Amino acid sequence: MQLTPGTRLKSGACDTEVIVVKAPSQDLVITCGGSPMAAPGEENSAELSPGLNSGTQLGKRYVNEDETLEILCTKSGEGSLSIGDSPLKVKEAKPLPASD
Amino acid sequence: MNVITLLDMARNCFPDRPAITSGSRHFTYEDIFNLSGAAAQQIRNSEIENVSLVDISSPALPIALFASAWAGKPFAPLNYRLSSSDLTGLLDRISPALVICGQNYLNQIRPSSKLHQISSEHWLSPPRSETDHPQDWNSDPEETAILLFTSGTTGGPKAAILRHRNLFSYVTGSVEFMSAGPQEAILTAVPPYHIAAMANLLSSIYAGRRIVQLPNFDADTWIDLVIKEKVTHAMLVPTMLTRIADRLEARRETLPTLTSVSYGGGKTSRPVVEKILNLLPHTNFVNAYGLTETSSTVSILGPKEHREAIASDNPVERSRLGSAGLPLPTVEVSIRDRQGREVCPGQSGEIWVRGDQVSGEYKERESQLTSDGWFKTNDGGHFDTAGYLYIEGRLDDVIIRGGENISPGEIEDAILTHSKVVDAAVVGIAHRDWGEQIAAVVVLRQGTEASQDEIIEHVRSKLRSLKSPDKVLFRDELPYNPTGKLLRNVLREELAGS
Repeated sequence: MQLTPGTRLKSGACDTEVIVVKAPSQDLVITCGGSPMAAPGEENSAELSPGLNSGTQLGKRYVNEDETLEILCTKSGEGSLSIGDSPLKVKEAKPLPASD
Repeated sequence: MNVITLLDMARNCFPDRPAITSGSRHFTYEDIFNLSGAAAQQIRNSEIENVSLVDISSPALPIALFASAWAGKPFAPLNYRLSSSDLTGLLDRISPALVICGQNYLNQIRPSSKLHQISSEHWLSPPRSETDHPQDWNSDPEETAILLFTSGTTGGPKAAILRHRNLFSYVTGSVEFMSAGPQEAILTAVPPYHIAAMANLLSSIYAGRRIVQLPNFDADTWIDLVIKEKVTHAMLVPTMLTRIADRLEARRETLPTLTSVSYGGGKTSRPVVEKILNLLPHTNFVNAYGLTETSSTVSILGPKEHREAIASDNPVERSRLGSAGLPLPTVEVSIRDRQGREVCPGQSGEIWVRGDQVSGEYKERESQLTSDGWFKTNDGGHFDTAGYLYIEGRLDDVIIRGGENISPGEIEDAILTHSKVVDAAVVGIAHRDWGEQIAAVVVLRQGTEASQDEIIEHVRSKLRSLKSPDKVLFRDELPYNPTGKLLRNVLREELAGS
């Protein structure tokens, strides 16, 4: 599906919810726990695939390999986030001092 | 993408952690979320376009911001110090509106069929029938979250539009979620209609840092509150910093809990920064530069640079105390000449800013961004060779004497290095032969005296004679607006009349 900043997605396999911060122009399917994520209102239920249960962390930003996709985890769950066979990784940001 | 998500995440993580302290009242993240939900229902039930607040800081402020976001209406906090007719003028531009109003300001607002007034107290205690939350919120990133009337030291106020995507990316890009320890508390003394208050609210909620509100700033009350609430963080505008430094010195307080202070929102005098660094050696100081139109901070001078500068005898390193630091990693900053070409380090030009947090839009006007997304700040500045940004002031304030462009900031800095001077402002005044002349208005340390020539000589010893003032006037104080911006136009008018 075409993802745009602000798109919200929910896992069918666990409690994970994310919001898209940055997305490339081509269609992408983000999976969580092995099954595609869908809009929060949509019917979507799946089993957690074995080996795809490393979990998501609330407040962490996840990116794909070339960082063209960035999503923010707004609710944590047990599944692992991926695109196809490539797992998304946590974006490490240098901490900034509080400025306001 | 909606700023209410930031609060929702926080209350999912730490529902019972205190979020807001106001006097003896405390509100947890869950409280703020539930009250915002109930208030959002109220907003949805009334036929209005915007939500406004005419009051000092109180728990009504976070509820108003988040309830507006939840209900999908822009939030437009107004300056409660404005005259009744000025307030009416601004409310006309955002009506039909719901106006949350403090007890002391109810009479300031002229009744109109397009304004639904509600007192701040009533806003905090919704009737039982309206405690249901709307189930969801709109997450369209293009929706307007906040409308802020810029204090504009010249001309009429413009209503800057901050969209959910601007604020959301600012907060999630610069703050680590729930990174604050449970003991952390930030003292907020800026009024609600200032961008720093909005950014402070969102950033602190997302970081999990308790906000202690101080509605009417006074240096002694501020110091007392830091001690009483074991405050760890604070955000200050320059005038506040000056007064706190004086009172800390007089009271010999050291504020051991205070680990971090950020300051910005105007030019801070170097001697004041040096004084407070020496008074609070254990505190990390951060100088932040930003604008309403950029969702607050775009560059930061961090604690390490402050410590290195104050410990150095090297004038170049020491001068870094006057810098606005390095751009945030999520923001691009560029210095451009009048033709829009990037200039080299060391050369002055206009500061341009680009990034997701940059709005550059005003209500009732076209977007001010260039076709490739840059916002021209109208601030003059330059980078040094190490990439540190120096702000030289508004381009409108540049003095043109005999065809030479002279920025007042540099001359003010030079005057402020004089041991008898506590504050200084430099403005241009019309002159028949030169176009403009340089006038300096100087505030001397109490009990000291200085002559016009002494000040002029001092500047000449620091800068080229081209930049020394033609005229020096002495005053007991300089005119500032409530958020610490020097009112140069007031000085210009006064000097033109004299």
